[in-house]
Amino acid sequence: MLFRALVAAAMLTVLSSPAYADARSSARQQTDFGIKVAQNGLWKEATYWWEKAVKLDPTYAAAWNNLGIGYEQQGRFGDARQAYEKAIALDPKNALIRENYDQFKEINERSKRRTDR
Amino acid sequence: MNARSAAPIVSLALLAALAACTNFYEVAIETPISPKMDVSAFNRVLVAGFIAGGTDDVDANLETVRLLRSQLRSKSSMRVIEAEVLPLAEIAAEQSKTPSNAGDIAAVPQLGAADPPLPQGQPQAPPQQAQPQLAVPQQPAPEHENKIRTQKDLEKFQGIFSDVAFWKKIGEEYQNPLIVTGTVLFVPHQVNGFVTRNQEVYDNLGRRSVVPVRAYMERKGFILSPTFIFIDGRTGETLYKEQVSQDVLYNSQQNTPALSSYFELMDQLIPSFLGTLSTQKIRGTRVLLR
Repeated sequence: MLFRALVAAAMLTVLSSPAYADARSSARQQTDFGIKVAQNGLWKEATYWWEKAVKLDPTYAAAWNNLGIGYEQQGRFGDARQAYEKAIALDPKNALIRENYDQFKEINERSKRRTDR
Repeated sequence: MNARSAAPIVSLALLAALAACTNFYEVAIETPISPKMDVSAFNRVLVAGFIAGGTDDVDANLETVRLLRSQLRSKSSMRVIEAEVLPLAEIAAEQSKTPSNAGDIAAVPQLGAADPPLPQGQPQAPPQQAQPQLAVPQQPAPEHENKIRTQKDLEKFQGIFSDVAFWKKIGEEYQNPLIVTGTVLFVPHQVNGFVTRNQEVYDNLGRRSVVPVRAYMERKGFILSPTFIFIDGRTGETLYKEQVSQDVLYNSQQNTPALSSYFELMDQLIPSFLGTLSTQKIRGTRVLLR
């Protein structure tokens, strides 16, 4: 019980620290820029920005989700699966991430069936 | 500022605030699906012909060859070889009568070697001199024997697809392309029974609602079952085989020509065929998050 409370206190300290806030803020900037370029169809570049975002803040579920979409668009199914799974692990209650992942899985399974034939 | 002029400003401010708070964006994506078989070794494709059966209203061999060639011309990077359509059923029937000749060089027709057009008025050479190898049966079998109506009828002709020598010879003739062949069964079918459909109803107050109604219906349509076989023109061996099937049903009063139904069904099967040879893109939407 005491251990849990200590861990929670430590996490709270880390998450509320200026360093974490900076990392999240920077990651968010990279993510936003990635969204802008993706909306213009520049998926490779968007993926680059989201990769930067998850490096800056590996706990940023939205960036992992976007990275999954970026990889999927480029046919990098293994990388996409890892990115989506990371996003779900970080934000398991996010219905939008789950929906993206479910749609990805459907296409990935179809692709696998084709190559297995 | 009165209430009328304030309304659009408030709406715009709300819209701007909403846009600023948006945390997700729906985007269209195209997921590339790799082809089912590696065709990098081929830069030419020959859609040779099909053993076709079913209704007499459509020449499924000819139509399938035409359709696949036209699709490959526009949607594949391979060069499509223009050649005469192989009367595969007749060749297969001939081969099954004389099994010792299966794969014999003399039994392979000269497909695309279409003769140059003769000047008008010039007598045409007898067929046996122009194309001595053509393996069309000398004496046509009785009509009932040639009719292919079911999958079981088609099975009798399957041997030709494993005749490596036959396909290798055709491959040699066209500088070793990828050969597309197979079977096509296009049969009419009829289904009678109860179907559930939605019907609009209006109550006494004129309110509209949709209710499911079960009704007995007689419906007729077609089943199209092609099997696409991809053969290596260099070796004559089968590289890949895919069997697909699709059906359509219409109200029995509706008079849809068989050829229209054939194209309607083929439209649904073509993506699967093309997906064997080239990368297909699946369109969808995903949600980007902030």
